[in-house]
Amino acid sequence: MSSNDAPHEDPEPLAEAPPEHVQRAQVERLLKAWETPKGWRYWSAVNNSEVGLWYTATAFVFFLFGGALALLMRVQLAFPENDFLSAELYNQIFTVHGSVMMFLFAVPIFEAFSIMVLPEMMGARDLPFPRLSAYGFWCFLIGGVFVCGSLFFGIAPEGGWFMYPPLTTEYQPGPGADIWLLGLSFIEIASIAAAVELIVGVLKVRPPGMRINMIPLYAWYILVVGVMILFAFPPLIAGDILLELERTLDWPFFDVSRGGDPLLWQHLFWIFGHPEVYIVFLPSIALVAMMVPTFAKTPIVGYSWIVLAAVGTGFLSFALWVHHMFTTGLPGISLALFSAASEAVAIPTGVQIFCFIATLLVGKLTIRVPIMFIIGGFSTFVMGGLTGVMVALVPFDLQAHDTYFVVGHLHSVLIGGTIFPIVGAFYYFFPLVGGKHLSEKLGRIAFWLMFVGFNITFVPMHITGLLGMPRRVYTYPAGLGFDSLNLASSIGAFILAAGILVFLWDVVRPKKHQPLAERNPWNAGTLEWLAEMPDKPWGVRSIPEIDSRYPLWDQPNFVRDVDEGRFYLPDAKELARETLITTSVDAKPIQCLRVPGPTFLTLYAAILTGGFFIFGTFHLWWLATLSGVAGLGVIIVWIWTGTAVIPEKPEKDVGLGLTLPLYASGPSSVGWWAMFITMLGDITAFVALVFGHFFYWTTHAEFPPASQPTVAPLWGVAALILLTGSWLLTIAARALNKRPKAGAFYGASAAAVLLALAGCAALLAGPWLAELDPTTNVYPAIIWVLVLWTAAHVLVGVLMQVYSVARRVAGRMTFEHDIDIVNTTLFWHFVFLTAAVTIAVVVGFPLVA
Amino acid sequence: MNELREEDARLWSLIVSPTIWLVHFLATYITYALTCRSADASLDGARWAVAAYTAVALIVIAVLARRAYRRHRYKGATGTHDFDTHEDRHRFLGFATLLLSVLSGVAVVYDAVPGLFFGSCR
Repeated sequence: MSSNDAPHEDPEPLAEAPPEHVQRAQVERLLKAWETPKGWRYWSAVNNSEVGLWYTATAFVFFLFGGALALLMRVQLAFPENDFLSAELYNQIFTVHGSVMMFLFAVPIFEAFSIMVLPEMMGARDLPFPRLSAYGFWCFLIGGVFVCGSLFFGIAPEGGWFMYPPLTTEYQPGPGADIWLLGLSFIEIASIAAAVELIVGVLKVRPPGMRINMIPLYAWYILVVGVMILFAFPPLIAGDILLELERTLDWPFFDVSRGGDPLLWQHLFWIFGHPEVYIVFLPSIALVAMMVPTFAKTPIVGYSWIVLAAVGTGFLSFALWVHHMFTTGLPGISLALFSAASEAVAIPTGVQIFCFIATLLVGKLTIRVPIMFIIGGFSTFVMGGLTGVMVALVPFDLQAHDTYFVVGHLHSVLIGGTIFPIVGAFYYFFPLVGGKHLSEKLGRIAFWLMFVGFNITFVPMHITGLLGMPRRVYTYPAGLGFDSLNLASSIGAFILAAGILVFLWDVVRPKKHQPLAERNPWNAGTLEWLAEMPDKPWGVRSIPEIDSRYPLWDQPNFVRDVDEGRFYLPDAKELARETLITTSVDAKPIQCLRVPGPTFLTLYAAILTGGFFIFGTFHLWWLATLSGVAGLGVIIVWIWTGTAVIPEKPEKDVGLGLTLPLYASGPSSVGWWAMFITMLGDITAFVALVFGHFFYWTTHAEFPPASQPTVAPLWGVAALILLTGSWLLTIAARALNKRPKAGAFYGASAAAVLLALAGCAALLAGPWLAELDPTTNVYPAIIWVLVLWTAAHVLVGVLMQVYSVARRVAGRMTFEHDIDIVNTTLFWHFVFLTAAVTIAVVVGFPLVA
Repeated sequence: MNELREEDARLWSLIVSPTIWLVHFLATYITYALTCRSADASLDGARWAVAAYTAVALIVIAVLARRAYRRHRYKGATGTHDFDTHEDRHRFLGFATLLLSVLSGVAVVYDAVPGLFFGSCR
């Protein structure tokens, strides 16, 4: 048995508590360091508890908005030939409903919630990049209001949440599709930012001793989902770029008459869209994984199996996208392949459900509101999962495609798998936020209304669909058998909405006279329940050493030891916000990280970047450019003043006899990881563009078309040599920066900048001099996209090279403190890779083909 | 023996088998897509190619699974590996890798099955 191993050598908490006056002084300093800004400055807060709360509340408001839209649709469909909504408004409403629920609720709520509770679950004071979270939140708020607001001006997108061309290119000239493309791209960038934050959080800010086999299952799921976002969202961003270029500049990516292909959009959209379903579902299951052991009063059954399920589902979900495209005329063998893969994903999905059921059976279950939502969610989700297996079968899908059967299926999955667990989690985690419980009684009423309402709404839809009612029609004729089923669905929708209103009332009702919840009110075993009621802003009083998956259950005197500051970092001597960085497998502490405090810069940066997208939507190019440049300026100020700060001393005593460095660069630092992870997402978007090129090759008999010019090899070779030179010089500059004298570093950097600019010019000169006109045919269009993408990356690389030099000049980077140049070099590895692939495709491919 | 050292316990070893499945899947998809550029093309070559990919993928996954199984059973353990020790972390990563390898193997077989039944692109 495992327990026979030698005892571990982890440090124990201090045997004696520090004297009381010392504790008091520590508490005072910690409170001061983590103080939430007051008055209007409150909105400059960046701490995870504030930003997480705003984020959650905003996502929830969008959810209510999306729900109200659903009710409007149900009113319209309650009776045949109803004229409550016009066809056009109906189209806008279902498009915004789907887009809001997916982009403004389902994904953000998980990020919001994770920003709020993940640090608490890991006994950390904050996530490593609090300002990035704040920036992401403000982007989300601005983009979301923009997209939703368009509905009130009658210009909302109306092409469905998946925006298929040619409908959205040739038949919808209004700004709706642009609002969707630019507004949501803006939010997708915020989502990726949050994903980077959460991945680095799980890997690097765990408490000492929380080895990879000890981490809360929530963290496993968040790690998987973060990585999925990183690979799923970029293809959509690439698709957005292509579609927006077609709409704005008439570059014919999806126009068949000029060699384009609308199917490319469907591929890119669903390479995002299917993993998206699991990106939405897994975090909710993660919440379930935290709640089930608490209510069963026993550790989770099959921890490793759930890890299998999380990672396995994450992978398999990327091979299902074509099951949304079964009716597009792809070869039968391809359909069969995707059908098989779609069946396979049911295996890991089922495994985790069985683990939860087993845990509930093994333990002694107490029925409280959260567990009611979990069990209700399970039954609903399993039903949706099974109809999912049905529609994954090609012959069945050919019948059910685009009917209400699919609407019934997807809402069973999303409401059962996502909404119910989230509402349950609100009841469970609410004391962490306000220190008070939601009402058990109102919760039960809300549950039954929602559960019954859900089933009355969506079960009939399966039948309506099988009878042949198509989705996305604003009305239907009487007497086709749809009438009473639709009326039932509409009545059910209002019952469901009533349940949500009861829940909403429970959340917002005044709780002034209600007593505070006791500490750890559910008697849970995980670290987030260390929180005092109401919680303090510091996250955790001292950062504990972990020996168990459920430390509150298993580690003796654990809460006392944390509270009395017997663990790590019980103090903030320098009044700085500090947390521990640990290694990613064994969670050995390696750095004391100082995280930045409140600032308005993130808000300004979000407003200005938002301006770039919003002005761009209405073709106000000058304002968009101005706003974008100003936004870039603010971001540079933010990075210049707030990142890679050189500490006043190299090391710090963090308690328990441990001294850790305050500064780290390279793979042991969080900044390096954030850059690396961001660039994985970036390169994924680039791969999606390259995929586009090769997709056209498979759909054309001759590609590049003989009628089109190609780029002269000379320019490609020149660009490759120059850019390789710049890359190598950047690597050299990183090494030369280690010399106390900066001369050689400056020289190498200057040369690197010059070569990069020359390389960029050579890269652009190729298609320019060959007179490739992107509006004539898809080949020059895709070549220009690849070249411009690469050129933009080179220019960002130049900016970073110049930035590193400026940092050294200003003394903010030294020969010992080299975060900036190390991260610049990491960026340049990816620039080089991008440039090499682009040149191979632009110049090499025509030679081979 | 240093197999318990953190530096040697690479987290990404977890995802090697699923990555092999992904490569197998994409190779299969691309092979069919390229073959079926003309709808009347014969699928025979593609089916043999997919059979070959499948054999290779399954062999590699089996080797990884066997190695993972040994880590799971390190020092004869059978438990659930939930102690805060180097050994249990080592076993946990082994067991999780084993499970993922089995799932990946099953998924590879699923993806190969259509090739058994489809004689043409249609």
